[in-house]
Amino acid sequence: MSLDRETVKRIATLARLKLSDERVVPMQQDLNRILHFIDQLNEVDTSSVEKMESTKRVSMPLRQDIVNDGNCVDKILVNAPEVACNMFVVPKVVE
Amino acid sequence: MTNLASKAAVKNDLVRLTLAEAKEGLRQKEFSSVELTQAYLESIRQNASLNAYILETPELALEMAQESDNRLAKGDARPLEGLPLGIKDLFCTENIQTTAGSHILEGYKPPYESTVSGNLKKAGAVFLGKTNMDEFAMGSANITSYFGNVVNPWKRADGKDLTPGGSSGGSAAAVAGGLALAATASDTGGSIRQPAAFSGVVGLLPTYGRCSRWGMVAFASSLDQAGPLTRDVRDSALMLEIMAGHDPKDATSAPVEVPNFQKLIEQGVKGLRVGIPKEYRLDGMAEDIVTLWEKGAQWLKEAGAEIVEISLPHTKYSLPTYYVLAPAEASSNLARYDGVRYGLRVPGKSLDELYENTRSQGFGDEVQRRILIGTYVLSAGYYDAYYLKAQKIRKLIAQDFKIAFQKVDIILTPTTPSAAFALDEKPTDPVVMYLNDVLTVPVNLAGLPGISIPAGLSREGLPLGLQLIGPAFEEGLLFRAGCVLEQAANFKPFLER
Repeated sequence: MSLDRETVKRIATLARLKLSDERVVPMQQDLNRILHFIDQLNEVDTSSVEKMESTKRVSMPLRQDIVNDGNCVDKILVNAPEVACNMFVVPKVVE
Repeated sequence: MTNLASKAAVKNDLVRLTLAEAKEGLRQKEFSSVELTQAYLESIRQNASLNAYILETPELALEMAQESDNRLAKGDARPLEGLPLGIKDLFCTENIQTTAGSHILEGYKPPYESTVSGNLKKAGAVFLGKTNMDEFAMGSANITSYFGNVVNPWKRADGKDLTPGGSSGGSAAAVAGGLALAATASDTGGSIRQPAAFSGVVGLLPTYGRCSRWGMVAFASSLDQAGPLTRDVRDSALMLEIMAGHDPKDATSAPVEVPNFQKLIEQGVKGLRVGIPKEYRLDGMAEDIVTLWEKGAQWLKEAGAEIVEISLPHTKYSLPTYYVLAPAEASSNLARYDGVRYGLRVPGKSLDELYENTRSQGFGDEVQRRILIGTYVLSAGYYDAYYLKAQKIRKLIAQDFKIAFQKVDIILTPTTPSAAFALDEKPTDPVVMYLNDVLTVPVNLAGLPGISIPAGLSREGLPLGLQLIGPAFEEGLLFRAGCVLEQAANFKPFLER
């Protein structure tokens, strides 16, 4: 499986990464090397294998559904690049 | 520990102690925590060229050391009272910059403390600063850090600067070079064990779920696990006892007891069955590594263990499986860095442009490569062919270990296929760099514990590690066998040379 330049650009858009034109080709080469390496997985017959999502052995522990945190607006905003009226500021999204 | 007083007589020697020796020295009042901390801060200044720390926190360290001295004077010492540690810059530390080696988090001061670093703090440890690492822990040579590469304190005869390994390269160089008594680290595919092997220190990857991941900057959540880098096996046990434990804030943290590991370490290996997986003998593996591996098996045999050849047939698919799953998880985890709530913001005319500008300038090349691979393997039409396929092969890899552990108690392998390489010899092909982790990645995929023990030198005089792999939650077995290897190898660390 090889990625063409258009596909590389499309994935970059999906990932919200801007790939300048001069970076597309080197990135395409790197990605294709990695994908070629990954293609080895096709040698393995997995038709009767169940997928494994995690290595968790112990069942998910339950806890009381109670509020035990909150009222920390200042802490939440303290690292924000731009704040106004206790809110994060972003460029206008609605005309 | 017997000649401790004479050993510590010269202040410079304080940086050569193990954690356990320093603890004993503090208890015996041979030196204070402030003196010990000052010795480390001085060592950090003198070895600034190693670039082991992204951020040093000397004032905070001395403040913590003073508090420890007060407690020690009152006879109110906690388990790690007054012992200076390095904290990998991927553990969030309250009000102290935490970057995970990335430009995108430069200046970020978490308003909360990670559970693991919090556990160490509560146990009285002194924090010297935040250690350097590959960006978002993605790398095997500590060369993807935005804050510059780390230099291994070890040198080859040609004098070239070597990598300490990665991603926990700063922590490994700090522990090896006397810039921290011990350090925290994290391991997603080998990031504790590989730098441990390259730097001649002990590195432990605990069982997945043994340590809480809460407050650790996430890379691949089904694989990430915190662990210690230390000067010997005893220190590793001491650190794990404090770092580990169930945490309700991390749903994958295991609600199991943390044993008294220090009690176990000297129980030996008599009667243990040690597996030697034939698939780990790679084509073209360096002869000195094969020889060391055989020696390691011999040492365990002489200590009363039985050596058994085993097979882990899906070993060769571990790395390609990892390079589907880890980037997939990373692409999703790293979506949070958008320039809106914290970290770097590079302005744009629209919100999408702000995202793209921020992420393209904030992430380095390797991180962007992995985000793109992850995005691709999760995208519509390719999910089954890549992601689902890799999840199934992960199952086969985990089953290989399950079957092996019916026959043996523990597995012995080399940690890495080579010794540390020079920074100017770094491969330009990303896949060649990935091969560094070929012997460590399967352990993460199966969620098992592994430890790297410095066990000998390469032909070029560089440290080599042996890896022990155990069944889930059997870190005690790793410490027992690790202790036997450590004593038999009688490895002379960098600080003793």
